[in-house]
Amino acid sequence: MRRALLLLLLVPLVAGAAIEVHKFDDPGQEKLYKSLISELRCLVCQNQNLADSNADLAKDLREKTYEMVVAGKSKEEIIDWMVARYGDFVLYRPPLQRNTLLLWGGPFVIFLVGVVVLVRFIRRRPSGDRQVLTEEERRQAEALLGEGREGGDA
Amino acid sequence: MKSRYLIPLALFLVIVGFLAVGLKNDPKRVPSPLIGKPAPHFELPTLYDPKEKIATEQLRGKVWLLNVWASWCVSCRAEHQVVKRFAQMNLAPVYGLNYKDEEADAKAWLESLGNPYEASLVDRDGSTGIDWGVYGVPETFVVDKKGIIRHKVIGPVTDEIVRDQLVPLIKKLKEEKG
Repeated sequence: MRRALLLLLLVPLVAGAAIEVHKFDDPGQEKLYKSLISELRCLVCQNQNLADSNADLAKDLREKTYEMVVAGKSKEEIIDWMVARYGDFVLYRPPLQRNTLLLWGGPFVIFLVGVVVLVRFIRRRPSGDRQVLTEEERRQAEALLGEGREGGDA
Repeated sequence: MKSRYLIPLALFLVIVGFLAVGLKNDPKRVPSPLIGKPAPHFELPTLYDPKEKIATEQLRGKVWLLNVWASWCVSCRAEHQVVKRFAQMNLAPVYGLNYKDEEADAKAWLESLGNPYEASLVDRDGSTGIDWGVYGVPETFVVDKKGIIRHKVIGPVTDEIVRDQLVPLIKKLKEEKG
């Protein structure tokens, strides 16, 4: 039983092997191919990259990417080719440009607002060394505390 | 001092605003970078006469539509009646791009549903589709007299889209100089 279950663990490996195999003569090209298909989005199933997607279009685009890599195209050339057809949306890492300023800057702006709110909140709290009791109140407090201590001892 | 208690409410309203806008956005609708750019070149055989090839350049000088379809595409079937009605208006020729289809299936599909296309171009391996940035069939492009893509409809064309988007645009484009 246990052995059968262990064999079942191998099933995903077999399924993964169904994805087409590409041969590269140059390890640099293979690295480029892998980094490209992991950075380019599949437009059919939009939350997957080309590497993970089983969609037909993703398969075609992997093939195109492979052809271009083997033809010696640079990363920029291949990315430009994709963007010319599918727009910036095809990139999982959007470029920094005017319409993406909010996307890139937003988290920092929110962080700064948080820091400002936090600093103001801390400043507004009374600091510890300020005199909060009058002389009269202090005496009363001491008297009460003294009573308590005596009571506790008894 | 009381007004500070209104801050969460204000933030809440801002978030509601963003969410309301987000609800109306369709994430499947990716703006095409090809709008305003020259239609990508193709030279493809037609479905009914493989010897006859049609190239983008031949279509210069007229306003035309490219409707991407396939017999395996379910929403194309729904769209097809709308395309037929549009073609009957004789406003602009509709060219089909038969995307990644089998010849026999494609012909049978047109025979049973009717053929509104001036010609259907055969893109068996889908490479023309990739050049045109097609990612979900059906898609429809409007190309002007200069060969510039002016509009793209992603997903099935409806009678409303024909009435509100295509007809006014095509009428305008037909008045432009070629």
